[in-house]
Amino acid sequence: MANGATGIGARVKRKEDKRFITGKGKYTDDVRMENQAYAAFVRSPHAHANVKSIDKSAALAMEGVVDVLDGHQLTGDGIGNIICGWAVASKDGSPMNMGAWSALATQKVRYVGDAVAVVIADTQALARIAAEAVEVEYEELPAVVKADKALTKSAPEIHDNAPGNLIYNWEIGDAAKADAGLAAAKHITEMEITNNRVSPNPMEPRSAVATYDEAEEHYTLYTTSQNPHVARLVLSAFYNVAPEHKLRVIAPDVGGGFGAKIYIYPEEITCLWASMKTNRSVKWTSDRSEAFITDAHGRDHISTAKMGFDENGKITGFKVDTIANLGAYMSLFSSSVPTYLYATLLSGQYDIQNLHANVRAVYTNTVPVDAYRGAGRPEACYLIERMMETAAREMGMKPAELRARNFVREFPHETPVIMTYDSGDFDANLAQAEEAADVAGFPARQAEAAKRGKLRGLGYSCYIEACGIAPSAAVGGLGAGVGLWESAEVRVNPVGTIEILTGSHSHGQGHETTFAQIVAERFDLPLDNVAIVHGDTDKVQFGMGTYGSRSGAVGMSAIVKAMDKVEAKVRKIAAHQLEASEDDIVIEGGEVKVAGTDKALGWHEIGLAAYTAHNLPPEMEPGLKESAFYDPSNFTFPAGCYICEVEVDPDTGTTEVVQFTASDDFGTIINPMIVEGQVHGGLAQGIGQAMMEQVIYDDDGQLITGSYMDYTMPRAADLPFYSVHHASTVCPGNPLGMKGCGEAGAIGSPPAVINAITDAIGNNNLSMPATPQNVWNALQAVTASQAAE
Amino acid sequence: MDMTGEHTIAAPREAVWAALNDVEVLKLCIPGCEEIEQTSPTTMEAKVVQKIGPVKAKFSGAIELQNIDAPNSYTIQGEGNGGVAGFAKGGADVSLEETPEGTILRYEAHAQIGGKLARLGSRLIDATAKKLAAKFFDNFQEHLNGPEQPEEG
Repeated sequence: MANGATGIGARVKRKEDKRFITGKGKYTDDVRMENQAYAAFVRSPHAHANVKSIDKSAALAMEGVVDVLDGHQLTGDGIGNIICGWAVASKDGSPMNMGAWSALATQKVRYVGDAVAVVIADTQALARIAAEAVEVEYEELPAVVKADKALTKSAPEIHDNAPGNLIYNWEIGDAAKADAGLAAAKHITEMEITNNRVSPNPMEPRSAVATYDEAEEHYTLYTTSQNPHVARLVLSAFYNVAPEHKLRVIAPDVGGGFGAKIYIYPEEITCLWASMKTNRSVKWTSDRSEAFITDAHGRDHISTAKMGFDENGKITGFKVDTIANLGAYMSLFSSSVPTYLYATLLSGQYDIQNLHANVRAVYTNTVPVDAYRGAGRPEACYLIERMMETAAREMGMKPAELRARNFVREFPHETPVIMTYDSGDFDANLAQAEEAADVAGFPARQAEAAKRGKLRGLGYSCYIEACGIAPSAAVGGLGAGVGLWESAEVRVNPVGTIEILTGSHSHGQGHETTFAQIVAERFDLPLDNVAIVHGDTDKVQFGMGTYGSRSGAVGMSAIVKAMDKVEAKVRKIAAHQLEASEDDIVIEGGEVKVAGTDKALGWHEIGLAAYTAHNLPPEMEPGLKESAFYDPSNFTFPAGCYICEVEVDPDTGTTEVVQFTASDDFGTIINPMIVEGQVHGGLAQGIGQAMMEQVIYDDDGQLITGSYMDYTMPRAADLPFYSVHHASTVCPGNPLGMKGCGEAGAIGSPPAVINAITDAIGNNNLSMPATPQNVWNALQAVTASQAAE
Repeated sequence: MDMTGEHTIAAPREAVWAALNDVEVLKLCIPGCEEIEQTSPTTMEAKVVQKIGPVKAKFSGAIELQNIDAPNSYTIQGEGNGGVAGFAKGGADVSLEETPEGTILRYEAHAQIGGKLARLGSRLIDATAKKLAAKFFDNFQEHLNGPEQPEEG
């Protein structure tokens, strides 16, 4: 059933791009409802304060203002607190300390941007003007913004039920074994490593349009979501907005998510509730400024790590202590990011027998922190890969050689931190990356750069991550409040065209193309005969959405399962009508044939036969539509090797990434063009985090990087032409053999960049982001220490 | 944000002190001041329009005079709420010294901004504060002495 032009492995141009690049996409903010009003939120300018009073009178008196609503009204109507859906217990067995989070704060605000009231008005401009007229009296409280400071005795307590701001004190691995391993080491590398806080910045800001139908007591919510069914589930089961059959959630075209659009935020909840209160459709669209203080931030870890090696460079023990900043409230999956998505990957690509990690998660007076492209795995990868490179330099070994001495080579491989790596070929990716990056020619390039007064450096990163989240029973056992399977429905229409309904959601990944490719391949049909339906809870029965690079390994596997059922029925129908054995039926070239004969039915004739039901096998139900739920048996483990080459101007600290080489193992690749696009985007975000991006709060909890004037995003001119390669092993865990490619670039690249810069400047002590100032300061430290010698 | 400064005002200390305590003088001298109202001998309420970077806001707030040591020194403390734009607050220790050339006014001021002002204007706050302080003392000097004569030279 080869379908070379459009099937698996074909570089098919994206079907969805015609509407996107011609401005015909339909995003949430494009939705216009009759009688639509607009919401503007009144937000705290203080990082931590008691709310003394809210005076709405001036705003309510303005013409065109429909209503001004506050948190007392919201909780009075029974709207529930926002919850974290993954229970992570402390090592002493106590449950995590989750503080109450009301969509509109009633007594206390805990970060700059915390909403206290909402104005509903006839126009957006009017709503914003009226929001300025709402007078809120605050009693300021001391604030804390840094994770380590939040744990000190003098830090203000943010939630009554989280003494010392501690959410949990969690561990994984065997501390005694790790200590013994370190004690036996010939060399120990010890580092303090911070992972900088970043803001997700999807191109499309978040938006919601909520409509309440009084006669039906039914709500409709258009929103920028990566997982509309999860949104509906949480809005129903926990926030008591409406029961699920009275709430339709539609996530139409969504312009990027990166994790930030997984969660159900105060704004969506408030818009739904306000539409009922005012009997108007209520629209809210974030502006950039608002996005910086409401979209969940990412990363923000402070860690210390010790890694011990024997005389051959084999790792004898690895111990990590991490403090994770979760911000002012626990967002939907926040608890899992620095634990089960982070510490479980600390074994990296290496055979480490003795490993222990301790993680303390804390509250601070900052925007809530949750999953951001990679979610925990970038933090793990950054830590291990900086440790490996630094250790190699300290021991006088080649960084690649030290890694290779520790590679896992036999699969399945069980790590001491609960993961079972199913497949991989780390040597192949390292070798391919080294060849493509011409590592052998580096000394000559370095010497040439030196003639120009530039410091040239080279850095590696051998990453592994876990995708395809995840076996439902396994994650349930770890505290997840949901199962992480995926569903699909394959509808063959009477004319033979096919609609695929999926619980995955596409917001930049190109599902409308890649999902269609696997159907076109399977039934040997033109790509144009296949349509993908997603993002609407009234159309798709259920689904868990798209994050954690799961839509290929999990979402497409569900489609394969449903296609298996369709194919079985097609064979039965064809065998019956063509009077042949099912075993002799082949599907190719748009026909269903009896092998070795000229007997055949067109694909459309099969569809018509199924729906006319004039001549079906006995007992067979009419129709040709099958659904399936697929629950993965394991995580998948994309892995690879990234090599970055930089040139630093020693006079200014300005760093240029001159070459970036990626060799990835993503398992089966459906569309190489789309996969390369995912890698390119991930690398851009990773390089952005490594060199430019940093959310900064001042000591009072004021966000001072609140616009693109102060928060630097990478631009095309900052990035090199990437050299992207693959050395794949097939994933044994799912029918297509896929591993996932959405996050790898963002996970693997930051340590490669920093390792390259530290190589160039001769100082391992450099934190992200490597701005010219930070690099220059690190260079001055080298100069100062040389002068002292 | 902290800043210090000193200005020599060609007027006797008593006159400078009186002006520093005169609501009408303050209204004329505080840049962007639209209203100021004495609510007690040591407290005032004011409405001030200011632009910091891209954010323009009308602050309504309270001003309080503390540590009064007439006619030598006081601390002026203020807090303004700019609504959606955020808030600004700060204070200054002001002292007066009589010299043959006139009165030397010294101040040590500190200011803090929050909300949108901090997000969008934090890079500009130092320059803005210095500009506002300079403007205030220009106005103040002008009020007491008449327009400053360009120096001969």
